[in-house]
Amino acid sequence: MNCKLSIRDLNIHFGDNHAVKNTIMDVAENSVTAIIGPSGCGKSTVLRSINRMHDLTPSARVTGTIMLDETDIYGRGVDPVTIRRRVGMVFQKPNPFPAMSIYDNVIAGYKLNGVLKKGEADEIVESSLKRVALWDEVKDRLRTGAVELSGGQQQRLCIARTIAVKPEVILMDEPASALDPISTLKIEELIEELKSKYTIVIVTHNMQQAARVSDVTAFFYLGELVEIGETRKLFTNPEKKQTEDYITGRFG
Amino acid sequence: MNTTTTKKYGDRIFRAITLLFALTILIILLGMTAEMVSESLPSLRKFGWGFVTGSDWDAVQGSFAALPYLYGSVVSSILAILLATPLSVGTALFITELAPHKVGAVTASLVELLAAIPSVIYGLWGILVMTPWLQSTVEPFLIKYFGFLPFFRGAPYGVSMLAAVFILMIMIVPIITSITKEVLMAVPSSQKEAAVALGATRWEMIRIAVLPYGRSGILGAVILGLGRAIGETMAVTMVIGNTPQMSLSLLSPGYTMPSVIANEFAETTTKLHASALMEIGLILLVVTLFINFMARMLLWSVTRKWKGGVA
Repeated sequence: MNCKLSIRDLNIHFGDNHAVKNTIMDVAENSVTAIIGPSGCGKSTVLRSINRMHDLTPSARVTGTIMLDETDIYGRGVDPVTIRRRVGMVFQKPNPFPAMSIYDNVIAGYKLNGVLKKGEADEIVESSLKRVALWDEVKDRLRTGAVELSGGQQQRLCIARTIAVKPEVILMDEPASALDPISTLKIEELIEELKSKYTIVIVTHNMQQAARVSDVTAFFYLGELVEIGETRKLFTNPEKKQTEDYITGRFG
Repeated sequence: MNTTTTKKYGDRIFRAITLLFALTILIILLGMTAEMVSESLPSLRKFGWGFVTGSDWDAVQGSFAALPYLYGSVVSSILAILLATPLSVGTALFITELAPHKVGAVTASLVELLAAIPSVIYGLWGILVMTPWLQSTVEPFLIKYFGFLPFFRGAPYGVSMLAAVFILMIMIVPIITSITKEVLMAVPSSQKEAAVALGATRWEMIRIAVLPYGRSGILGAVILGLGRAIGETMAVTMVIGNTPQMSLSLLSPGYTMPSVIANEFAETTTKLHASALMEIGLILLVVTLFINFMARMLLWSVTRKWKGGVA
């Protein structure tokens, strides 16, 4: 498999706080990579560096390289806006735009690429909603406000909004942690389904979830990448003692 | 002495006193309204609806109608709002979204400083600095290049509807800006991140996430600004020219409701004249209350709609 993302010597500081240290990891194309670790281990920080979300935080400083195919995400003259159109993101809490309808939420990101024809928009809305298995639930009320959906539906709407932009990579920051078990299951099935078309990196608190959805798992502890490997192997036969302690519930 | 009983009585007395204070406000408001209505009665009886549709104001003949004042108030306030809104929203966006933290903080406190300047100072500046400048520079320019429009016809007097619009704009920008700033700061970062993660530029983020989220709050700010503009007396009186006429041209002098009250109240000779001024005050009160009511309704409808809606 092709290497889609290649992270080298990644260091992230917030002021004096060295949050992520000398991280090296690769992410294969069309795979699901889970990042696990206790709270505050820097897993979300790593994730958010992949689409340059730290640019919004004045105190954040990112060094090292992250290659997205042939593009260095932090390279000189690279526009973060183009990066974010290639690397989409789904957040912990569903965050649809409350002033917009379901339809407008889905098309919001795609619209940024320029003016589009009516038929084109309809097509994208339908295919994106179908892809997240939300179409049948909302097709009769596309013009109603997005906030009227349940939490799980809102999160699937947010995923639809992300894939409508046609990204190559989707980052998910604990996408199911605010949802009930059934919605969580739906999101997990969706991740499995999306893998055929996108490269997915998911941060999760839930080790069972990581074991269920991912091909590769990375374990972070205190800002360092402790171990990365095939999910089945990492959960059954980890190389490092720290990993074993964490996955067997001895800390964290 | 039983301290518990004393405490209980103390609480009761305290409660009664604060209730009295609160009632005082209500009584003053009701009493004032009742007084204004009863004082307006002679005028209300004599002129009826003609008072708000006619334009003749003649103290000697005893004939009063308020349309030019209503017109002056409405036109000057609405034009001031139209100019002040983009300026204020732009300033608030600069403070909250674009400026480096320290620059934003300094700008914000300067804006709040502007709000604290007494209106007579604005009026003084208006009459000594702004109107001469309007007369010598701005108005001739408008006449020369935009004179084909009915809005910029006539001679440059300086004191004019245009001067009132400008002075009102300057006075309401701080209010609209500081409320808008609060509204924008309340936009959750999850909303901004949602837009940014979709590949939005800074401006696109503001357009799709920040402004729609804050739009009703901003509308509330604008309506409060409008209320302030309608009621503003001193500064407007000093620069508008105080001529009761309705001209399309912004270069002509005009008159507003608060201005005519301030100018003529001390010199009323007949009861009817005083009553007519009182009725103007009543109209002003109704208009202001209506605007405030609208603002409240808007804010209320928004908080209700989104309460718990965004997970």
